[in-house]
Amino acid sequence: MEIVLVGLNFRTAPVEVREKVSFSTEQAQRAAEELRAQGILEETLVLSTCNRSEIYGVHPTAKRASAAALVNFLSNFHSIQPELLSPSLYHHYDHDAVRHLFRVSAGLESMLLGEAEILGQVREAYLRAHAAHATGPVLNRLFQAALEIGKRVRAETELGTRPMGVASAGMKLAERIFGKLNDRTALVLGAGTISEQVVSQLRDRNIGRLYLSNRSREKAEDFAKQYKGEVLDWGNWDSTLKLPDVIVSAVGVQEALLTKPLIERSMAARGNRALFLMDLGMPRNIDPTVSELYNCYLYTMEDLSEIVQQNRSARENEVPKAEVLVEEHVAKFISWQASVELIGVLDTLRGSLKERRAAFLHEKLAGMNHFSNEDREHIGALMDELLEKLLIAPAERLRAEKELRKKIQNVEAIRELYLSDREKP
Amino acid sequence: MNHTFVILTVLAYLLSMGLYVQFLYTGKELTGRLATLLMFLGLGTHYLALLMSARASHTVPYHDLQGAMSLFGWLLAVTYLCVEIYHRQRTVGAFVMPVILIFFFIANLMPTRPHATAPVHGVVFALHVTLSILAYAAFALSCVLSLIYLGEERLLRIRRLGDVVWRLPPLELLERMSHTSVMVGLVTILVGTSLGFIAVDRNIAEHYSYFDPKYIFTLFVLLLYIVYFRLARTAAWRGARASKLCVFNFVLVVVNFWVVNLFFSQHHRYF
Repeated sequence: MEIVLVGLNFRTAPVEVREKVSFSTEQAQRAAEELRAQGILEETLVLSTCNRSEIYGVHPTAKRASAAALVNFLSNFHSIQPELLSPSLYHHYDHDAVRHLFRVSAGLESMLLGEAEILGQVREAYLRAHAAHATGPVLNRLFQAALEIGKRVRAETELGTRPMGVASAGMKLAERIFGKLNDRTALVLGAGTISEQVVSQLRDRNIGRLYLSNRSREKAEDFAKQYKGEVLDWGNWDSTLKLPDVIVSAVGVQEALLTKPLIERSMAARGNRALFLMDLGMPRNIDPTVSELYNCYLYTMEDLSEIVQQNRSARENEVPKAEVLVEEHVAKFISWQASVELIGVLDTLRGSLKERRAAFLHEKLAGMNHFSNEDREHIGALMDELLEKLLIAPAERLRAEKELRKKIQNVEAIRELYLSDREKP
Repeated sequence: MNHTFVILTVLAYLLSMGLYVQFLYTGKELTGRLATLLMFLGLGTHYLALLMSARASHTVPYHDLQGAMSLFGWLLAVTYLCVEIYHRQRTVGAFVMPVILIFFFIANLMPTRPHATAPVHGVVFALHVTLSILAYAAFALSCVLSLIYLGEERLLRIRRLGDVVWRLPPLELLERMSHTSVMVGLVTILVGTSLGFIAVDRNIAEHYSYFDPKYIFTLFVLLLYIVYFRLARTAAWRGARASKLCVFNFVLVVVNFWVVNLFFSQHHRYF
């Protein structure tokens, strides 16, 4: 049994190559079917996200020939020349493949260190492959362990707790003031990419009410339709600004759009309830002196970038802790794998000994005609019993072996001593 | 026997405090639950220590300063646990536990004085004292919560967000927790004072005169917190100003408590 992994990610391949080798859900399913149909792999799972495309599989024999076959398969499947593809690919086998998957699941191999999305993507890929019967006992166990380590790393380390994007950092800060945002109101000014990121974050947090405003009302309405928001007139600030608890501004202006007197009036109108402002525009959209107002919390792009930077350093400090957990789970998986292999080796050994016993008896008893068929069967049964007795003690000792390295060595020793190449599982 | 419970209480509270601090830094749910569990255990042994002390002196445990401080610590722990369970927020435990421990330590490290017999007995009197001390414990908790609010608000304003700030309760939740605590204090001080008058009325002939400067002080405390409660909901005061007022109120309570009890009151020496 050999676990094989062939793939590429943002570290090994430029975006142009990653785009060509990415798999849609249907493509991933088709690829898994074809790989098994062509006999390249016995069990298969395709993991494809915007930053990586990886094929995990179990090869029917213990040879590493499958990697070359997988490169050819990828090249044919995506119609990309092998020489263009090969330099971007990495190949991992067995323990290294297990370790790689566990690191991916833990977020250690992500572009945004510790991001949570990858765990969901691994889960989805596994559930789809499982439903399509593309996985078997090995990949099932492997991916269940990967999901477990992903959860454990997030629960036991700080790797995933702090926000890493400007928009999510802003939302986390708003939660420091208001708690959950599901009964709050937000106003987003602008309809560009940054505004979209913020709106998406607000929707993820089930914001109670979402208002959108933009110079181009048409664009704001499109935006509102997409994110189920309400459009407010641009420029009607006195009536607009008294509504929200969170204001995010990301528009291109030359002078501050929201001035101190304007916010002062809105604060008076809203009974001085806390107001959280995020200025994501460049040049700044909100007068910086607004932060002097009572119960106003203003964060600019610079402030949020600094927080993200602090968080990045904090997450990096958590990497060693996460790596310890990953190694613990890798050892657990290898131990399981070794036990499974032990059972396989013992079964093969038993089968082999029985075959030899049958051949031996057949040869030796050929000239002994005074034995009846009943006697012959009896002799066969006695020899089977002897073989079982001879096998039980070493099998028990092997099973009871606690030290993983020794267990693996013992399995290897049995293979080498008693089994021919043909018989090795 | 009493010493055993004191030692067990100190151990439980110390461990609980350590776990609350660890929870504040790591956010591990299991650590937080263990901290709460140990606090419950500490409350149990603390209660038994108070009970033993009361039995030994044949009087209520709060008749002397030692007992009153120990009971204050116990009631502060009870109030905190109620607030923790009601608001489902444990990070505050790391800040409240040291206060509880300080009171418990001082109460138990003070030299033991021979117990004087309590001039007044009975359920009404016991409830009066217990509820009054509970009120002060609730006000102390609101003060701690307000201090956390002010600290967190300051850190958010100067954008110094270390490990702890991300785990502290949101500002508005801290405000609500503080209001809950003040509300508990107001209700208990009202009921406790009313029961005090009933107790005085029953014992008037034997020990008490109707007037005690403590009454004016209690009225003053009531007014302070009613004003806080009212102002904390107004546009001009909600937020940091209300929290500052809450801290200021508690400082006044402590100072007046000290001055009034030690120098003016005849019947309220320790509560």
